[in-house]
Amino acid sequence: MTEAPLLSVEGVAVDLPTARGNLRAVDSVDLSLGAGRTLGIVGESGCGKTMLSRAILQLLPKKAKLSGRVMFDGQDLARCSRETLRKLRARSIAVVFQDPMTSLNPVLTIGTQLMETLQEHLELDASEARKRSVELLAAVGIPAPEQRLAQYPHQLSGGMRQRVAIAIALSCEPKLLIADEPTTALDVTIQAQILDLLAREQKRRHMAMIIITHDLGVVAGRTDEVAVMYAGRLVEHAPTQALFKQMRMPYTEALLAAIPKLETAPHTPLPAISGRPPDPTRPLKGCSFSPRCRYATSRCESEKPQLVASSSPDHRYACFHPIKHDASVGA
Amino acid sequence: MIRQGVTSQLLRVENLVVEYTVGNKIVHAVSGITLEIARGETLGLVGESGCGKSTLGRAVVQLRQAVSGRVLFDGEDLTAMRGEALRKMRRRVQLIFQDPIASLNPRRRIGDIVAEPLVIAGVSDPKERQDRVSEVLNAVGLDPALVMGRLPHEFSGGQCQRICIARALVLNPEFVICDEPVSALDVSIRAQILNLLEEMKARFGLTLLFIAHDLAVVKAVSDRVAVMYLGRICEVGPSEQLFAKPAHPYTALLIEAIPVPDPDIKPAESVAVGEPPSPIAPPSGCRFRTRCPRADQRCASEVPELRPVGTGQYVACHHPLT
Repeated sequence: MTEAPLLSVEGVAVDLPTARGNLRAVDSVDLSLGAGRTLGIVGESGCGKTMLSRAILQLLPKKAKLSGRVMFDGQDLARCSRETLRKLRARSIAVVFQDPMTSLNPVLTIGTQLMETLQEHLELDASEARKRSVELLAAVGIPAPEQRLAQYPHQLSGGMRQRVAIAIALSCEPKLLIADEPTTALDVTIQAQILDLLAREQKRRHMAMIIITHDLGVVAGRTDEVAVMYAGRLVEHAPTQALFKQMRMPYTEALLAAIPKLETAPHTPLPAISGRPPDPTRPLKGCSFSPRCRYATSRCESEKPQLVASSSPDHRYACFHPIKHDASVGA
Repeated sequence: MIRQGVTSQLLRVENLVVEYTVGNKIVHAVSGITLEIARGETLGLVGESGCGKSTLGRAVVQLRQAVSGRVLFDGEDLTAMRGEALRKMRRRVQLIFQDPIASLNPRRRIGDIVAEPLVIAGVSDPKERQDRVSEVLNAVGLDPALVMGRLPHEFSGGQCQRICIARALVLNPEFVICDEPVSALDVSIRAQILNLLEEMKARFGLTLLFIAHDLAVVKAVSDRVAVMYLGRICEVGPSEQLFAKPAHPYTALLIEAIPVPDPDIKPAESVAVGEPPSPIAPPSGCRFRTRCPRADQRCASEVPELRPVGTGQYVACHHPLT
């Protein structure tokens, strides 16, 4: 990537004051994403993946303290006025959340919610907005879009609601779409449909897209690159192929191994990761994963590994004892 | 219909129908299901949300009353039992639910929560109760001395699920219904709990009905799997065989839709068409026909019965894949 990336996250940290002391939800994260690229951010609950996306959107809780810089399309978002941010969030950066029931307004019709966005931000008149709304609903695969405009969110299934949320997100042709666990609340068959829809629209519109998920399966076939988070930090970041084929970080390896696979015979014990993530208000001196890591040594407990590049500059990991692969010996 | 060695059978559900009303409409949650579970076996039950799998689980323990049909547990019909007899029988059957935190009373201490079934069962000696509680807490990997006096909010989701499992095991049940026991848990914790359930099953000689929507999770623990769609069983068979050679188009669709953590396997473009119809007005004939690529006239008019398609494998389809 020679040209400036669309999004660049530089040394971002998010601190939340809690009754138990300061909670560092995101810790020195560096990431960048080019126009039209897709990034998967993978991690378990509480790893900071959602907070990171909120930091990008400048939608952090009031008490949260953000440090570092978020550059989007040449602008430092932390320095933008509220009005500029509002415009940016409407037109250039869009979000799809996990639960479409809570992200849609239950007392407004689908039509009102879609048309409101279009009229406000694209300054379309009512009839144009209506026409565009129907097109958008059709584009996201909603049957009988004309009739849907008059319906309320509760009249639609979870999958249909998520389609509506995607239609609203796409309505202003954003440059970046952030999908935060977009399919976690949905059934497998519906999940596949929604992921296909996101992939199709991403390609068609040449949007950059960030998919946040706890499921490595979701990002495997549908992203250009993947970032794995653990305890607020990026622990591995690589092109998707390299991440799955040549993973260096023991956490990534353990996470992948712990997923039950269809090929495995029934009653085969799963390689579980023992223990659980550390208390985020009591950060460890060394590597956060070290208490659960089978490769950990005393160095891992006393010193925090930095995110460094391996043999290829776009594959970064934070580990003193990276997994060795024949192809990358000496890295 | 689904035959097993009769001697080893622990649970038999016969033509079970469960319906309930929402407003003035009838939800056809379970529409004539027959299933058997052998002693010591794990039967996985999969299906999408709203297919009736949880209702079936609840109807087995009589938490939902059946409209018709029978639930034979160890030869006795639970649907005909009332009062004390039912309460006694229920001690032999326990449940574990999806949300471990919501399943625990936030104001009670772990020791009391786990001891509660013993109190209800009439174990009056506190020492005996305490010993038993310590034993099961140890079994699920928690240190009784450290956890008994604490409250549920002090524990993570995975630990709460361990506590729920301990509570389910404290009465030494024979049969445990696990209703989505790991779907609220993170990947790394999920594997721990699945391994624990397997361990407990072996240690206490349990028979399990394992309800989940995730096929890979179900396969990991089940001897046999039943696939449910809109209140009916589509297919049932030995796990390995069912996943290797699904006979029902719906089973195949579910397998196809699982996202595989391998970038070389490109997700098949929109294998899944449409969404399940409402159980308030299920389609005539085969209920899957509105989403099925193989459906024809016959599927609309005639309900397919379960019939054998291989050793121990049964399918309810007019146009099976094998």
